[in-house]
Amino acid sequence: MTGDCLGRFSKVSFSYPESSEPAIVDIDLDIRKGEWIAVLGSNGSGKSTLAKHLNALLVPTQGDCFVGGLNTRSDEGRREARRTVSMVFQNPENQIIAAVVEEDVAFGPENLGLAPEEIRERVRWALEISGLEKMSRKPVYALSGGQKQRLAVAGAIAQRPPCLVMDEATTMLDPRGRQDLMDVLAALHSEGMTLVTITHRLEEILLCDSCVVLSRGKICWRGTPGDLFLLGPRIDEWGLEAPAIVREWKILVDRGLIGPGTMPLIGDMVEALCQ
Amino acid sequence: MKFLNNMTLGQYVPVDSQIHSLDPRSKIIATIVCLTGVFLVREPYGFLSWGLFFVLIVSVSRLPGSLIISSSRPVWILIAFTSVIHLFFTKGVPVFSWGILEITREGLDMAVRMGLRLLMLVLFAGFLTLTTSPTELADGLESLFSPLKRFGFPAHELAMMMTIALRFIPTLLNETERIMKAQIARGADLDRGGPLRRLRAFIPVLVPLFVIVFQRADDLATAMEARNYTGGEGRTRMYPLRWSVTDSGVLMLTLLFAIAVSLLEKRLMP
Repeated sequence: MTGDCLGRFSKVSFSYPESSEPAIVDIDLDIRKGEWIAVLGSNGSGKSTLAKHLNALLVPTQGDCFVGGLNTRSDEGRREARRTVSMVFQNPENQIIAAVVEEDVAFGPENLGLAPEEIRERVRWALEISGLEKMSRKPVYALSGGQKQRLAVAGAIAQRPPCLVMDEATTMLDPRGRQDLMDVLAALHSEGMTLVTITHRLEEILLCDSCVVLSRGKICWRGTPGDLFLLGPRIDEWGLEAPAIVREWKILVDRGLIGPGTMPLIGDMVEALCQ
Repeated sequence: MKFLNNMTLGQYVPVDSQIHSLDPRSKIIATIVCLTGVFLVREPYGFLSWGLFFVLIVSVSRLPGSLIISSSRPVWILIAFTSVIHLFFTKGVPVFSWGILEITREGLDMAVRMGLRLLMLVLFAGFLTLTTSPTELADGLESLFSPLKRFGFPAHELAMMMTIALRFIPTLLNETERIMKAQIARGADLDRGGPLRRLRAFIPVLVPLFVIVFQRADDLATAMEARNYTGGEGRTRMYPLRWSVTDSGVLMLTLLFAIAVSLLEKRLMP
């Protein structure tokens, strides 16, 4: 494992006890420090199972998963994985533990046994970056869905993890809430945090450095978001839907109004549409 | 189904007040003193004194009176039921009779006393949760029970269970309301018929609710594990509990008040 590698999947397979089919099969994947990687796939493709290995919530049935250079099978490796990787899940309601905003954000740092001043400092930082600093004493039930999801992010990042995994965390948000959350993620990425976005919405991967596509538990494609959009109809085969702008571009290419091969600029597309 | 939205029982209302900023341990002990005092009270002067005491602490807490009243709303039926039982089933000097139903002077007296006593118990207990966040409450209880840890008493686990239970009251009420609306939309009739019929009609609400509760518990456990929770060992607090002179003063005043009311009752009792 190289120095700039935060997590490594080495021939990882995992089967749930209640299922005869493996959820993920022979996964080989490196996650580099500071990278923003998207894991894409339709429902049941194994992307959430993959994500849970990074936080050692799941341990491979076969193969090995390393976080911070340690195998997550060992107690030390599991502790390292929990310290290194924080997770935000789909439904914020099920991950908020305390009844008051700042008390919930403090839950993770309190578990780490930090000094009270350090906890308060981290809570203040996490609330500020999540845009919730004015709501620190609000009861959780008074927050909107988008605010609750930002609170879940604040709770995760207050542990100051080098890596944050977002497991379909935007699914229950409206477009405004989704955009607010993407802004928070962009801010965290600019501070050097490694991000793993688990999603089936291709609009959310535009800011990512790289992406992998899972289908039936296997990695079937890897590359950059730009390369992925160039694939056109193959995206649909994996149960994904390209963003509207990419679909429009494909129509223009098919009609010969614009040249294939590269993603066009918005201006070129508008010009082609006017023609 | 609107009533579920109005339930504030067990919900913390953050306000910047002297009562809110007290150490949770002093509030818990003071509440126990108040509840014991209310439980022992027998005469109208006693009820009046505790009533005035409650009005005083509510005004110091800066919580709106309407909120206090609405917080006790869920138990009004229980209070009314208890009062009615005492009204009709206490033997004594009859003041009114109609068929087999008979109201006695003693029954009337007991109904009023029990109703008032229950209402005050609910108000004092509710006031504690309205002014103390579940986390503070849990920290306070854990600290008070900590001497029992050496005998294997799971103080932290109980406190954490209580925090989560209080945190999920509004969530589960919303969930119940959602299921009820979904069942009504599919033709269920939850409001008509006798108690037995209503109870039977409620089963299709309870079954999915139980499934959801277990699913949520599973997800919550995963989320807690992901946030490094491994039990109480080694945990620290953002705001460590600090017992101040004010806490001692408040507790002493409450205790003195309870003793004074009790002595006053004894002197005035015939």
